[in-house]
Amino acid sequence: MQLTEKHKEYWSRNLRLTAVLLFIWFVVTFVMAWYAIPLAEFNFFGWPLSFYMAAQGSLIIYVLVIWYYAHAMRKLDLEYGVDEGDLK
Amino acid sequence: MSAVSSNRAFFNQLKKYYTWYTGGFITFVIVLAVLEQMGLPRVWIGYCFLFATIALYAGIGIMSRTADVAEYYVAGRRVPALFNGMATGADWMSAASFIGMAGTLYLAGFDGLGFVIGWTGGYVLVALFLAPYLRKFGQFTIPDFLGARYGGNIARSIGVFAAILCSFTYVVAQIYGVGLITSRFTGVEFGVGVFLGLAGILVCSFLGGMRAVTWTQVAQYIILIIAYMIPVVWLSVKITNFPIPQVVYGQVLQKVTAKEKELTTNPGEVAVRDIFKKNAADAKARIDALPGSWEAGKAAAAQRVEALKSSNAPVADIRAAEKAVADFPKTPDDAKAAWTRQVASNTARSGPPLPHATPFPTNKAGEAGQKERDTKRINFLALVFCMMVGTAALPHILMRYYTTPSVQEARVSVFWSLFFIFLLYFTAPALAVLAKYEVYHNVVGSSFANLPAWVAAWAKIDPTLMAISDVNKDGIVQLAEMTLGGDIIVLATPEIAGLPYVISGLVAAGGLAAALSTADGLLLTIANALSHDLYYKMINPNASTQKRVMISKLLLLVVAIFAAWVTSLKPGDILFLVGAAFSMAASAFFPALVLGVFWKRANKWGAITGMVAGLGICLFYMVHTYPQFILWFGTTRMDLWWGIAPISAGVFGVPVGIITILVVSMLTPSPSKEVQEFVEHVRYPSLRGDTVETMAR
Repeated sequence: MQLTEKHKEYWSRNLRLTAVLLFIWFVVTFVMAWYAIPLAEFNFFGWPLSFYMAAQGSLIIYVLVIWYYAHAMRKLDLEYGVDEGDLK
Repeated sequence: MSAVSSNRAFFNQLKKYYTWYTGGFITFVIVLAVLEQMGLPRVWIGYCFLFATIALYAGIGIMSRTADVAEYYVAGRRVPALFNGMATGADWMSAASFIGMAGTLYLAGFDGLGFVIGWTGGYVLVALFLAPYLRKFGQFTIPDFLGARYGGNIARSIGVFAAILCSFTYVVAQIYGVGLITSRFTGVEFGVGVFLGLAGILVCSFLGGMRAVTWTQVAQYIILIIAYMIPVVWLSVKITNFPIPQVVYGQVLQKVTAKEKELTTNPGEVAVRDIFKKNAADAKARIDALPGSWEAGKAAAAQRVEALKSSNAPVADIRAAEKAVADFPKTPDDAKAAWTRQVASNTARSGPPLPHATPFPTNKAGEAGQKERDTKRINFLALVFCMMVGTAALPHILMRYYTTPSVQEARVSVFWSLFFIFLLYFTAPALAVLAKYEVYHNVVGSSFANLPAWVAAWAKIDPTLMAISDVNKDGIVQLAEMTLGGDIIVLATPEIAGLPYVISGLVAAGGLAAALSTADGLLLTIANALSHDLYYKMINPNASTQKRVMISKLLLLVVAIFAAWVTSLKPGDILFLVGAAFSMAASAFFPALVLGVFWKRANKWGAITGMVAGLGICLFYMVHTYPQFILWFGTTRMDLWWGIAPISAGVFGVPVGIITILVVSMLTPSPSKEVQEFVEHVRYPSLRGDTVETMAR
């Protein structure tokens, strides 16, 4: 079948969202780890910042990223009429 | 009844069942605790936990028996997001997570956190790149997707091979864990423990496939999370007077860091470390003086026996001296090997404790120190990368997202999966710090005449987990006088916290649940790859549904027994096997799966060459750098590339895979219109006017 313009727009908005969330994931994971030594100088409620991030902070951000993705995609599905309707 | 209301009713029913189940389990633990106070012997508590939980899983397994294809392979695709999340959590968290993780963090400090972020952050990739699209595709296995997207049996076959390779490596590590736990808590032999555990695994999955595995995994998750949390919370109350360790252990970490500084310069500690330094230097001198030192040593040992005998020394001393003669290396070559080991073990114990909170710590100064820091940093990043990408490529995890009722439920289900995994993974670093505080403050500095009870007990049970001896003969425990095996942290926490033995039994049950649930998922993946992809899709497409399910069950049995047999040979380091499985899965699957959804131009030949090249380079690196593999396969040792450890071989495999797919796809014709429509079909949760239908029912 031929995709409509609307369908293509849905996919590109999905891609944009994916890219933004992936960027957050990348920064939280790899940029933080790369600069772990200088970041350890900062104190975060008792933890050195880089220890806190690796042990807890980035995990919380991952959970939030995935929650936000599920939430935002549901809205996007409905907006573009590609949701599964009553299946849920 | 409409689909919505029937799904809702099912969800409510499940909620009721599992609430009752949780209550029942807690009652069971309380009853056992009361019985313990009334004098039930410890070994009986161990048996009760072992057999009661396995019987429970067997019960769920039998109730979920099925011969229906969709029920057998994907649990009928009606597992609600929340429960699929719990099942994925149990599927995911293995013996390595439950028992090993906190110990790794205790020993490695910051650097061990690579596993924590690697094994959680990977779910971001699962959510963004795979779960919803695989659910829309909606068949039974991961090779199914490769077969449909990249046309024909070659891509599918490579998928089958890779799925079996990494799942098998992983399952051997799990069955190993099952054997260890069973033998430790019931006193049976390791080999017997392996086959006992195997029986436990089979009753879960044999009769009901994915359906049975799903509902036992939910049950196992509940047990393992209760078992993990209770001792940690208790220990936290003991040390910090606050029951939520994750919130307050920053303060404890500061105290540990302060104590580390003190222990670095403490005179007693320095004295002990100097003894190890001297031992290492002596061994080194003897190696340099070979073969003369071997002859001299041998003669001296024999002479000592004679001298003791002629002076009428106590029998024990003579025995010890005779044993020294018997244990003396048989040849100069043996001596070299033995003394080299002595140099290494003594050198390892001759340095001050590495700071727990510091990233990439080193005891070396100047340029050598900087170099070691850089190597540690690059390995940390490489490990995180491999564990993350591997998470988003392991077939036993990905196939769980076939089981939800809809695409949206699959997305939400990834959230629940990570949430339930997160509960354990953000607790493990806290446990490691609390345990370290306890050791640094209450074990170090105590007297050998009056050791804390748990230290004395574990030193007697298993010297690989706890070895302690008064090296400098001052009667006081120095940190440098102890060596700990990582697993002790979780196993001994109930005793450290002063909890009754019933909680130790609970922890064992939790560890068993973690290992069994992962082993179930993996065995099912292997059996399905063989029965569904190899037999049904390639050998006999006309097989009836009953025959397919029957073949699958049979294969499950065969694979399980084979895996248990391999495990009973004790093939090496668990953590490495697990890590290797991640690197292999990442290199083989991730590029082909993700580009298959996100790049329409990816074609058959690109995927085939990409998977082969990625997996090939990963395996090549491992068998040329990992000592055990070099021994097995008789390969020649090769220098590490940029100092990357063999466990992180995926860091080469993944980019090679991606680049190969890109280049080869561009050099060969673009995929057919049908394939392009297939990709579009997968991208949209529902597409009006869509003529493609991939869902298998």
